[in-house]
Amino acid sequence: MNRKQKKMLIRIITAAAALAALFFIPVTGILRLALYLAVYIEIGYDILLKAGRGIINGRVFDENFLMAIATVGTFALAIYDRSGDYNEAIAVMLFYQVGELFQSYAIGKSRRSISALMDIRPDYANIEKDGNLEQVDPDEVEVGSIIIVRPGEKVPIDGVIIEGKTSLDTAALTGESIPRTASEGDEVISGCINMTGLIKVRTTREFGESTVSKILELVEESGAHKSKSENFISRFARVYTPAVCLTALALAVIPPLIRIIFLSTAGEWNIWIYRALTFLVISCPCALVISIPLTFFAGIGGASREGILVKGSDYLEALSKTGYVVFDKTGTLTKGVFEVTEVNAVSVKGLLYGSKAASHNECHFSKETGDDAAGKILLEYAALAESASSHPIGRSIINAYGGEIDRSRVTDIEEISGHGIVARVDGLQVAAGNIRMMKLLNVECEPSEVLMSDKVRHDCRSRLFESIDCRLPDDGITDCSSSGEAGPINRKEGTVVYISVNGSYAGNIIISDVVKPSAAEAIRSLKNAGVKKTVMLTGDVKNVADSVAAGLGIDEVRAELLPGDKVKELERLISEKETDRQKLVFAGDGINDAPVLIRADIGIAMGALGSDAAIEAADVVLMDDDPLKIAKAVRISRKCMGIVYQNIVFALVIKFACLLLGALGIANMWYAIFADVGVMVIAVLNAIRALRVKNT
Amino acid sequence: MKKTYKIEVDCANCANLMEETTKKVEGVANAVVNFMALKMTVEFAEGADDKAVMKNVLKACRKVEPDCEIEF
Repeated sequence: MNRKQKKMLIRIITAAAALAALFFIPVTGILRLALYLAVYIEIGYDILLKAGRGIINGRVFDENFLMAIATVGTFALAIYDRSGDYNEAIAVMLFYQVGELFQSYAIGKSRRSISALMDIRPDYANIEKDGNLEQVDPDEVEVGSIIIVRPGEKVPIDGVIIEGKTSLDTAALTGESIPRTASEGDEVISGCINMTGLIKVRTTREFGESTVSKILELVEESGAHKSKSENFISRFARVYTPAVCLTALALAVIPPLIRIIFLSTAGEWNIWIYRALTFLVISCPCALVISIPLTFFAGIGGASREGILVKGSDYLEALSKTGYVVFDKTGTLTKGVFEVTEVNAVSVKGLLYGSKAASHNECHFSKETGDDAAGKILLEYAALAESASSHPIGRSIINAYGGEIDRSRVTDIEEISGHGIVARVDGLQVAAGNIRMMKLLNVECEPSEVLMSDKVRHDCRSRLFESIDCRLPDDGITDCSSSGEAGPINRKEGTVVYISVNGSYAGNIIISDVVKPSAAEAIRSLKNAGVKKTVMLTGDVKNVADSVAAGLGIDEVRAELLPGDKVKELERLISEKETDRQKLVFAGDGINDAPVLIRADIGIAMGALGSDAAIEAADVVLMDDDPLKIAKAVRISRKCMGIVYQNIVFALVIKFACLLLGALGIANMWYAIFADVGVMVIAVLNAIRALRVKNT
Repeated sequence: MKKTYKIEVDCANCANLMEETTKKVEGVANAVVNFMALKMTVEFAEGADDKAVMKNVLKACRKVEPDCEIEF
C-alpha cells in the first residue's frame, strides 16, 4: 500500500470505530447530530470537495457528485425526519471509500505484477574511460561504442559481444526461463540480464532504436488502441450517468406531485426522496468503468509475461474471434536456419581412423542414430575445416559435430568464394564445398539430386560460401521432410556440402531447414481452440510445401509464391471469409512479410526481437518463435473476453434489478451499497483473473 | 514529436478524462493515456514547445482531476 492508501485505511478504520462507539453512547439532539456529522466529514470530506470542484469546473455528473448528493440527501432526510438515524449516510460514504481503496489496491497490485516487463528499462550503460568504468545515460551512447556489462546488470543497448562469454537471462523479454549462452560474435539484445560473465559489447543500435526501447514503447502505447467493449463502456457511461440522475430527480418529484394533485393525499416527499437517493447510489457506474479496462490490462499484462506482446485491447478482442490462421513457412513453422539433417560418408580411405570406416563402402548416418563411426569422422573433419567459418552453413556443421574443436589441428584455411573451403586437417587436405568445388579440385563424385526450386538452388549455390546474413532470405531453403526414408543419397531436400579428403570424394553432408518440434502441436491446439482453417503460404516448391503441410495437418497450402504474391493470396483469403466476425490471423517471422502482417486482420510477428520492421508492422509480437504461443495468445484473448462479458452482464443485471427494486421502495440504502461497492469489488476480483494465464 | 510522461492518477475514468482534456490543449496533436502503465504519450503539433505545452496540459488536467500529476 502506498501512502495515500494507508491514509485512507486509517480514515476508514477511525470512521468505523467512531460509528461503533456512537452506537453505544446515548446522546440525543444537537450533540448527536454534531458527532455524527463529524464522522461523516472525516470519512467523506474529499468526496465532497471533489464534487464541489467538479461543479465549479462544469463537470456535474461524476461519481463524486453522485455520492455527495446521495449522502448529503440522506443526512438531510434523517434531520428532517428527526429519526436520529444518521448511520445510513455515513455507511454509504464509508463503504464507498472501502470500495475505492480496494479498487486502487487491486489496480496497484496488478500493475506491479506486470511491472517485471516494465522493469527492463536499463538506467545506465558502462563505458570504459581511462581504465575506469563510467556510468552514462544509455541515450548518450553512440552506435559502435563499446560498453561493458557486468554480471547482474541489464544489457542496455543492442550489440555484438566482442569479448567475454556469459549466459543471458531473457525471461523478462521472452518468458523463457532457460538462460541463453552467448560468447564472442553473438548478438545480444537489450533488456536481457547478464548472469555470469563480464562482457564487452559493441553497440549496433542507438538506445532509442534498441529492442528494449521498442518494447517499452509498444507496451506504453498499447492504450492507444481501445477495444470496442471499452469504447462501449465509456459511451455508455457518458449517457448513463446523466440519465440516471434525471430519473432519480423524476422519482423524487413526480410521484409526490401525482399524489398531491391527483390523489389529494400527502406527498410523502421524504419517502420518495429517499428512494431517489437509493437509486443514485445504486446507479454509480464504477463497476463497469473500472473492471473492463482492468480486465484488458490484466489480460495484456498476463500475456506479456508469457512473451506475447499485444499492442492494444482491440487486438486482444479481435484475437478472440480468430477463425483463420495463415502461416508463413520458413522461420514460422520451420526453424529457418541451417541444421545438419544427414551425413553420408563414402569410403574414407586415408583418414586417420580410416581403416575402420573403410570397411563400409557407403554408409548412412543420421543425426538421430548418431553412432556411425564414418559419419562422425566425416563430420569431424568437415567441422575442423570450417572451424574458422562464421557462415551459417559452417556453423551448422560445427554445431552438429558438437565436440571441442582443436584449432591446432587445422592449418592453411582458404576460403574460395562461391565454392567452399579448403584446409589442412592433421596434414590432410580437406575440401568442403559445393559441386563446383569438387569440379575445381577434379574430384569425382555423384552429384546428389536435391529437391529445390530454381530460385533456391541458385540462391544456395551462389551464396553457399559467401558471407551472408545469419538469417536466410524468406523461404531460402527447402525442407528435409522426407528424412524418414533412409538410404539413398539422392532426392533429398536441402543444401549439400561435398567433402573431399586428399583429392578423393569422402561423402556429403546435407543441411536443411527443419520443422519446429512444436509446430504440429501448435496447429492441433489452434484447431482445438476453434480455428476453422489453417493455411500455409510459402515461396518453396510445391511438393516440399505439401509434405510439410501434410505432416503438420495444415488444411491449405499455397506454394511457390513470390513475396508480392503473399499479399494477394492473403487478400483472396480475407475476401473468401464467410463472415466478417471471424478474424484472419497471419503469423510470420517478420522477415520480408511486413506488408502481409499489416494487411491481415491481426498480424503476429514471431521471434521478432531485434526486428524493428516486424515489431512496427505486427499487432501481436511473440518474443520467442514458438508457434504454440499463437494458440496460447488466442486462448488468453478468449479468457479475457469471457471475463469482460461476464462483468458487463453481471454488473448490468444486478444494477438494473436493484434500480427497479429501489424505485419500488423494496431495496433500501443497504442494498444500494451492495449494488455499488459489492458489485464493483466482485467485478474487479473477476478482472484480475485475466492476469493468470500460465495454464491457459 | 512524441514524448512519453509518467503520470499519477487514481481512477481509469479520470485517466480517460485527462486524455480527452489533453487532446484539446493547443499544441497537442494527439494524446494517449495508458492508465495501467501510468504513462501519457503526447504527440506535439509541429513547432510546438513541449515544455510550454505540457504546462498547459497539466493546468487543464488539474481542472478535471485535481489530484493528478504529470512529470515533465
